[in-house]
Amino acid sequence: MDSSETRLPTVTQREQWMVESQVFQMYELLSSVPRNAQSVLLELQRDKHIEFLTNGLKQLGPSFCVLDANRPWLCYWILHSIALLGDSVDDELENNTIDFLSRCQDPNGGYGGGPGQMPHLATTYAAINALITLGGHRSLSSINRGKVYTFLQRMKDPSGAFRMHDAGEMDVRACYTAISVASVLNILDDELVKGVGNFILSCQTYEGGISGEPGSEAHGGYTFCGLATMVLIGEVNRLDLTSLIDWVVFRQGVEGGFQGRTNKLVDGCYSFWQGGVFALIQKLHSIIEEQLRLLDAGGSAIDSPQIASTSCHSGQRGLHDTSGSAKFSNIGFNFLEEPAEMEPLFHSIALQQYIILCSQLQEGGFRDKPGKHRDYYHTCYCLSGLSVAQYSYSKDADSPPLPRAVFGPYSNLLEPIHPLYNVIMDLYHEAHEFFSTS
Amino acid sequence: MEWKEEGEKRPLSQRPEWSDVTPVPQDDGPNPVVPIAYKDDFTETMDYFRAVYFADERSLRSLHVTAEAIHMNAGNYTVWHFRRLILEALNADLHEELNFIKKVANGNPKNYQIWHHRRWVAEKLGSDATSKELDFTKKILSLDAKNYHAWSHRQWVLQELGGWEDELAYCKQLLEDDIFNNSAWNQRYFVITKSPFLGGLEAMRESEVNYTVGAIIAKPENESPWRYLRGLYKDDAQSWVNDPQVSSVCLTVLSAKRNTVFALSTLLDLLCHGFQPSQDFINAVDALKTPDLDQSDSNLATAVCSVLGHMDPMRVNYWAWRKNKLPAQTA
Repeated sequence: MDSSETRLPTVTQREQWMVESQVFQMYELLSSVPRNAQSVLLELQRDKHIEFLTNGLKQLGPSFCVLDANRPWLCYWILHSIALLGDSVDDELENNTIDFLSRCQDPNGGYGGGPGQMPHLATTYAAINALITLGGHRSLSSINRGKVYTFLQRMKDPSGAFRMHDAGEMDVRACYTAISVASVLNILDDELVKGVGNFILSCQTYEGGISGEPGSEAHGGYTFCGLATMVLIGEVNRLDLTSLIDWVVFRQGVEGGFQGRTNKLVDGCYSFWQGGVFALIQKLHSIIEEQLRLLDAGGSAIDSPQIASTSCHSGQRGLHDTSGSAKFSNIGFNFLEEPAEMEPLFHSIALQQYIILCSQLQEGGFRDKPGKHRDYYHTCYCLSGLSVAQYSYSKDADSPPLPRAVFGPYSNLLEPIHPLYNVIMDLYHEAHEFFSTS
Repeated sequence: MEWKEEGEKRPLSQRPEWSDVTPVPQDDGPNPVVPIAYKDDFTETMDYFRAVYFADERSLRSLHVTAEAIHMNAGNYTVWHFRRLILEALNADLHEELNFIKKVANGNPKNYQIWHHRRWVAEKLGSDATSKELDFTKKILSLDAKNYHAWSHRQWVLQELGGWEDELAYCKQLLEDDIFNNSAWNQRYFVITKSPFLGGLEAMRESEVNYTVGAIIAKPENESPWRYLRGLYKDDAQSWVNDPQVSSVCLTVLSAKRNTVFALSTLLDLLCHGFQPSQDFINAVDALKTPDLDQSDSNLATAVCSVLGHMDPMRVNYWAWRKNKLPAQTA
């Protein structure tokens, strides 16, 4: 009963075939050009990217007025990308950034999209991650943690979720930005955590992924946010991880890159949102084992009282022994100690190939897909995803990846990130040290 | 851009109604980073916005300047927030506001702030707004049938304001237009589980299984109905395993030997949940094996993993992991 020839292609099919043909053209180009041209295509154009990024930090054109409420994001996207490339900005730019972000800080706590704007969770997350990426005493001490806490408290909704700003929208993104910031600043406590797990659980859909709000479609961005948040609050065992994994593995398409939702198009930014999910999954193997074992025993993986109240995850052991804020303070830190027992469940080389051959622009910067323009957001998340993929075969933080784990020349290797926060690992450690003792 | 209702498009500094206001420049500091080369009209509009915002002046002229600021940058959530405060203070006609939002949304259908504002207005109008909101989202979805914000808003409207009557039919129409539209499948799930006019998931299950099986047979390479089928048995794996239609659709697709990845994946899941395969299944999987595969996999689940590892190379590591984690007693 084959009716596929009798019907016209649908919108989904047409769009997918267009993208596939453009992508395969790029892959064919690689095999058709001479060797020396090939090696150029396989190489990460570091200098060009740094130039593109640094220029953006110094000056943006008039068309950027549509991002006038997102300037801390621009700082983070640019600084994090530069750091991933193993570079840094000069002292002057560093100081100017710290000063600028201080002007985005609201006297009552949190950071807005620009000087004089209301504080917003997303721009707070971006500003703090940017300051952590700069590192150093001046940068980290510019953050008024007490006020940030007040702001987070104010954004907390009785339902357990968080609002993005005063009377703003409530979704899984807001939960992640709030919890991530609280965790990295070491101000996460029971009050902030209360009810978050319930809200995120209600956002895991029948497909296995996580949506922005209960009932909406499973989506890569929200899946990363939801999963990372559950890890940070010590409740990741409450999610149905096997169905989450089954959903996310099928988000990698023939192009090698990831789509955000079922039957949608590949996009370079999902290299991180979906790719990052795998980095988290790799460290959760003992919880996943436990869920599988319960399924095997004929029960539901997540209904068992054992699994609901305890956790085999060593980073989360003893979670119920301490009270108040102490119990959350080292989750992010201990998470890194957990060895990656599993092989990566996605195709790391295929992803890297998509990023380098289809998203990278020779003139600097990265884009969603061929035919789209480069931008700082895609540059950040393509590079973040590339790093995740390159390190996906590394068992622990201390061993550098083997050459075969890296697509193209080994010099393509980026700096490793902390997958819960998406900041450079070393810079995370510096911040962790700073906020543990201050 | 309509200017009639906001007066002539003269610079604000030249408009008499603004003559008493001192514009407030942006406090970027002496050496800002990521500085934007604002055009003059942008700078002026925002300077006047800041003046009334910091003074907390909730007046008609403030309302007008928020509209101008929004047209220039629909992402400025501070401006939208202040606009809401003004609308409340002026007790403004919120039906008019819906029209304003519609115009802004035309150029910016994927903007969080617009949709949040729309939700706020609709909440205030209550059920008066129901049909307008369903029409509005339908219009947006006719241009982009997967707009995430539009679908979230539509779900919110249904839950808070109602209007469920025609929703299942709407999903059906969208799926006829494009059976691959996963957002429409997701909405269908939302409707059958939550609509007060239908009986709930279990009551709808049989008819939904029939519908879904039909969609699978038409396009077995379509992931959406396979996930939907699994979703119909959420929290009741045993009923899923025991439903003959589920295993039967797998067998049908496997036997046709085309686009079998999801059929194999579903069979694997069934086996992991205790499904006892008949000889037909074993034969169907055998027929898909390539010569280089181990022909002696006595265990069907193992064989399925092997076939998938070969047929679906992007997920080779996943299928190897699944093979490794098979429960002890799978067939």
